[in-house]
Formats: sequence, structure tokens, C-alpha cells
Amino acid sequence: MINQAGREIPDEHLVDGIEVFQGQYYREEYEYKKAGPKVKASIKPKESKLVENLREAILKSELKDGMTVSFHHHFRDGDYVVNMVMDEIHDLGIRDITVCASSLGTAHAPIVRYIEDGTITGISSSGVRGEIGEAISEGKLKNPAYIRCHGGRVRAIETGDIHIDVAFIGAPSSDEYGNARGKGGKSDCGVLSYAMVDAEYADKVVVITDTLAPFPNFPPSIGQQDVDYVVVVPEIGDSKKIANELLRFTTNPRDLMIAEYATKALVNTPYFKDGFSFQTGAGGPSLAVTRFLKPYMIERDIKMGMVVGGATKPMIDLLEEGLIGAIMDAQAFDLPSIASANSHPRHFEISTSQYANPMNKGAFVNKLDYVILGALEVDTDFNVNVITGSDGVVRGAPGGHVDTAAGSKCSIIVAPLVRSRIPTIKDSVITVTTPGESIDIVVTEVGIAINPRRKDLLEALQGIDLPIMTIEELRDEAYRLAGQPSDVLFEDQVVALVEYRDGTLIDVIRKPKKISFDL
Amino acid sequence: MHPGKKRVRRTMMFLNAHRAGLVKDAYIYKPDSVIFDLEDAVAENQKDSARIQLYNTLKYMDYKGTEKLVRINGKESKHWREDVRASVAGGCDGIRIPKCEYRSDVLLVEEEVIKAEKEFKRPIGSTLLMAAIETPMGVINALELAQSSERIFGISIGAGDFMRTMHAKRTAEGYEMLAARSQLVLAARAADVMCFDTVHTDVNDFEGLRKDTELIKNMGFDGKSVVSPKQISVIHKVFSPSEKEIDMAEKVIYGVEEFAKEGVGVFIVDGQMIDIAMVEGARRVIDLAKASGVYGGEL
Repeated sequence: MINQAGREIPDEHLVDGIEVFQGQYYREEYEYKKAGPKVKASIKPKESKLVENLREAILKSELKDGMTVSFHHHFRDGDYVVNMVMDEIHDLGIRDITVCASSLGTAHAPIVRYIEDGTITGISSSGVRGEIGEAISEGKLKNPAYIRCHGGRVRAIETGDIHIDVAFIGAPSSDEYGNARGKGGKSDCGVLSYAMVDAEYADKVVVITDTLAPFPNFPPSIGQQDVDYVVVVPEIGDSKKIANELLRFTTNPRDLMIAEYATKALVNTPYFKDGFSFQTGAGGPSLAVTRFLKPYMIERDIKMGMVVGGATKPMIDLLEEGLIGAIMDAQAFDLPSIASANSHPRHFEISTSQYANPMNKGAFVNKLDYVILGALEVDTDFNVNVITGSDGVVRGAPGGHVDTAAGSKCSIIVAPLVRSRIPTIKDSVITVTTPGESIDIVVTEVGIAINPRRKDLLEALQGIDLPIMTIEELRDEAYRLAGQPSDVLFEDQVVALVEYRDGTLIDVIRKPKKISFDL
Repeated sequence: MHPGKKRVRRTMMFLNAHRAGLVKDAYIYKPDSVIFDLEDAVAENQKDSARIQLYNTLKYMDYKGTEKLVRINGKESKHWREDVRASVAGGCDGIRIPKCEYRSDVLLVEEEVIKAEKEFKRPIGSTLLMAAIETPMGVINALELAQSSERIFGISIGAGDFMRTMHAKRTAEGYEMLAARSQLVLAARAADVMCFDTVHTDVNDFEGLRKDTELIKNMGFDGKSVVSPKQISVIHKVFSPSEKEIDMAEKVIYGVEEFAKEGVGVFIVDGQMIDIAMVEGARRVIDLAKASGVYGGEL
């Protein structure tokens, strides 16, 4: 069946009430009953939930074949937790496990062998990078992987589309009763937003820490009322890879040019007024936009009311200078952000459900004026791909892309027109992760395209010294520079399902055909 | 006169002609001119492939109005004749001749350019030339070089080699360049060609670049070579005329037209005496204002 993004979704995946994507607000006012975890009561007073080791925690959690375990990715490429838990699960001979992670990255390459030997047969994740992505694309995973954006993942947990049997939550610090925080340890990550919903909806919750804090470890991100067991391990991660002193500020003139255009466009739209809300990713041009905004804010005496999502040093600087009303933080990217989270009186940790769940009673993304986002590809319908590379292999992450694009009043994509010799703007993206109806402006170093749906923005940017072009003109320019790319060829086998944030299917990812040079 | 001889050239950006990633779309940074470099930027064993890359870039890439110049290898090398052929065959706007010291250096290249224009059926005279001066002898002969050929649109000073031969020391104020810059701008004006300053080598020192550019602009230079796109906006800003300057230029141009009808050659605007000799300068201000994107008038 062809969905509203023009993608063919094979009928075999449209079972058990799963529908195709039918527009970004299709499920407005959708009613459902929330899922709930099975709870084993802990009535008798006891001193501690500490268990000897990870193996004991897994055994006590009664993890069995066919169950689902969950992880968060606040430790990014420095994470040790996923690998150590999966090693134990494998050694215990437990098989057919579904891994429900907020994201998986290069740090988790060792679990590919568990995909190959059947320990892991299902994956639900926002991002899948590195060797895991390759393994999925090669069809090594028994069941198709689910690509779920951040809001979509917590929505799936809360609606019961995915049920977590055991949540393994790495925490920089925890007391022996399970009050866990993103700070106070050897490897701080600031907030534990991605794990909060897991803790509330999983049947069993295991906190894994390398820093046992005195009781009560308050204020906690994960509360004792939700935690079954606490395990202390030597190290939960490599602190150097969890967060740097500073994300590198790009000096690439192309990135800076893109950022300059994006900033200029942004400040000339009607939402740029005192109290505006803003979110940006941690990529080069996105970070630069934050810096470029400041002089405009000062000149026009405008302050940001709220920043949502990932916190970075440029944001913290603005917060400390009184130019931001509040940061609602779901991920802290660098040491200054980690230090500020829950310490600065206006820097708050929020759960991923609060952040982006499309089917709760109101997420923070809905209050966004602007979001600045990256893209691997954009097509002439403004559809964006942030999951498959130019070779068709899974190597990206929708993250909060889909959620913020749908929630914000003005979503701005920043991307180079051509990457190496591959056009970014093209006729049709390989995979649709974010539908064009939720993308408003596309900024490249060559020109800026405004979604024709947004006549108001087109009008607002008339007469501004910006290279406004149509998306077709941008595509033509990209093709002129790099040539029209040949289509990537795929086999029929579906290796991953791309869920839109509301649970409908927006696209599927198939196994790329092996490149052959025989003529 | 060749119509491109006196175009606005505030910035001339060097690009390694060998690097496809660089040359494919460098016009996006909006320099007034690019200089595809076949000389210093290209390794000795890559000269031929750089030339092929250059030819294809000149021939097939639309630089959207940005002037396309080529820096060829010096006459002591075995490459320069082929460099000229590839440049002319591709249809470059002009050639920058390195290390010019004597008129004969320019004439030698011009001879090859004429041959190439005939060979590749380009209009004779269409390829402009620019003499790069990099030695004390070149500085002394600046006027000779500026007047060496009808094709010469400008002369430029290159600081690197010049400083080495001068035994000079680099200073923030640019004292080491005073002698050369003064001589160059005098020669250029005497010969009625353009005059370009050397690169500012510290690509992250924007304040130094700004001061440097202000200095050479006030001395009368027309522009400056750049090695990084990041330098372009700083230089363009310095060369961007103020509202007052634009206003005055318009008054001069319109005024001269008006008064000429009445047979008046000299008149007063805002307390200043204006005559026809000032029109050229006023036109230059308007051209710069247009190039800087700050002109909204009718001229």
C-alpha cells in the first residue's frame, strides 16, 4: 500500500492494526489506554536493592528467551553498559532477545556477533550506526529492525506497542535503593531523560552504576519506586567519549555560510520575537546558528523564552548571560551542559515523553517556534532522510528530527548541497524519515528553498538579501555539480521498518543489492 | 579596451586547481575572482593532472559571473607553456604570470597566449594578463610591467618571496611592505591598470586582515588576494562604500549630466567643487556598491 509520503509499504507489515503513514497529525485525538508494567511489590522494609553482579540481576529479573530489554544512549560512544549486559545475557544462554534502545552507535559494534548467533533477533532504536547498521542492512537480524524517533519510541512504550521486560539503566550515580542520577559519578552525562519512560513502563528495572552514592541520591532522574535491582560495576563508560569539554565549533567556511543564511532567514520570520523558543542539534552548522543568533537577539532586545532538547555550551553561555528563559534538557552534549543540568535554576531535565511523545497530552516540541536540523538527503517534496546513507545502508538516526519538525512552527534544515560527489537535494530520498509536510525551510550554501506550503514564510523572506530558490532549482544545481545519482538497487527483503512518530509506517528499508562489477 | 579589464576585483581567491572538491563550486563564496593555481599549490608530479582538472573546470563549470584566472608556473619551469594552452583552451578570463621582473617576462607569455588563442579559436586579445611581482627587481620595474602589454589589467605584489629577498621582518603594521606597496600603486595608477595586494597569511586573524585591507584600500589598491573563503567578507566589507560615499557619487554622476546639458563643467555639491574628472571615481564607487550589495539606486 502506498502511504501519504508516496512510499510502498508491503501489506505483510500492515497487520495487528498497524497502518500506513497518513499525514503528520493523522492521529490527533486518538484515544488509547496506556500500557502498564507488571510490578513485584516490595513491602517489607529492606536496606538495599544491591545485587552481587550483573548476572545475578539478570537472573533475578527472570529474563527469558523472547523477551525485550532496553537501554539508553546518554553515554553515546563511551557506553559500556549495552555490551556488558548483552555479554551476560549471551553467556546465560538466553536467546531471541529484542533490544529496545534509544540509540545504538559505534560503541556497540561487539553485539553484532549476538545478532549473528541469534541472541538478539529484534532491534528497536532511533539510531543505528556503524557495524550494527551494516548487519541490519545485510539482513542478519532475524526480524526487521524498528527505526523509531525519540518521540516515537516513548510513544510505542506508553501505548504498549513495545513492552520492555527488563530495563537496564546505566547511571553515573545511584544509591543502593535505586535513586539514580545523571550526575555525581565518574562518568556524568547530566540527564537520564531517555531512560525515564523505560523505568516507569518496564516490568523490571536494573540500575547499573560505577558510583554508589549515599542514600538518598537526590534529586533523582530515576526514582527508587521504579527500581528492582542495583548493580555496581567498575566502569559504566569511558568518560572521555561520553562528553568533551566542548563540541568543536566548525571553522569550515561552507558550514559557516549555511549557518549564516539559516540565521538570516530565521531572524526575518515572524516568530523571531521576545520569548521565542528554539532547538538545535549538535552538528557543525546547527551549533553555529546558535552563536550567530546572539548579536541579532542583543540588537533587537529579544530573549529566548525556552530552549528544548540537546544542551550545548553555546546554549549554556546564553543561559548564563540571561538570554534564555529556561532550558528543557533531554540530552546534555558537553561538560558545561552536564554541569549546568539540574544545577542552574533554569536548566531542567525532562523525560523523553515530556520532550517529544506525540501521543501524550502535550510534548515540549509542540511549543517550539524553531528547530534547526541536519539531513542526509532532502527531496523535491521536502521529504528528509536521516537514516540511510547514499549506499542504502542504515547509518543514521532520526533522533528527535521527526518530532521537532512536526512540533515546531518553523523547521529549518541545514545541509551542504553536495557531500563529496553525492547530491543532498535530489528527486527522491532513499528513505523517508521526516515527511516534507513538516519541513519548512531548506538551507544550503548555494541557496535557500522554502516549502511552497509556507506562503507566509516565502512572503516574510521576500526582499531579504538571501539566495531564495525553489527546491527544484537547488536539485538542478546539485545535479549540475555532481551529476544525477543512479538509484541504489535493493533486494525485496525488508530489513527495517521506519515508524512515523505516531506509530504508522512511513517507509521500509530493504537490503541493498551487492555491488557487482560484472558486465 | 577589453570590457573585463576594469571590473571590480576586491578579492581574488587562490584555489588549488588540482582539488576537485575545491574547484567544483568555489563561486558560492562570492569572491570577485578566483585564481586556479597550477604553481605552488600543485606538487611537481601532479602538474599534468592538475592541468586536466583545470581545463575541465574552466570548460564545464558555471562560475556564475565570478572571474576565472589561472596562475601558471614560472618561466623557469617546463610546465608553463602547457599551462597557457590549457588555460586558453578552457576559456579562462585571464592569466596571472608569477615572478615578473621585466617586460620580456610578460611578452613571453603573451606570445604563447596568442598562439593558444589561434589554436583554440578564441578571440585574439580575449585572454587578459596580470603581472605578479614578487622580487625587488620586479618592484623597481613595476611601471615597465604595468605597461608591458595591452592585455595587462593589473599588477600585484606577492609578499612571501619579496620579504625573503628584502631581508625584511614581518610586522603587524606592515612596515616591511611599505616600499613595495607604494611603488606598486604608483606604477599601477601611472599605467592606468589595477593594483592588488598580497594575501594575509593568518587565515584566522580577521582583525589583522581588516586593518591590512583598510591600509591598502586607503593607499589606492583595488583588492587583495585571499587564501581562504573566510577572508572574503572581511575584505568586501572594507571595500563596501558608505551611504555617504554612494550619495556623493550619485550627485556627481547626475550632476555632471545635468550641468553638461547647460554647458556648465564645474559646479558645487554639498560645498565641494565637482567636475567631469570626478565621474570615473564616482562610477567606481557605484560599481563597488553594487558588488557589495548595498546599492539600491538607478545607476
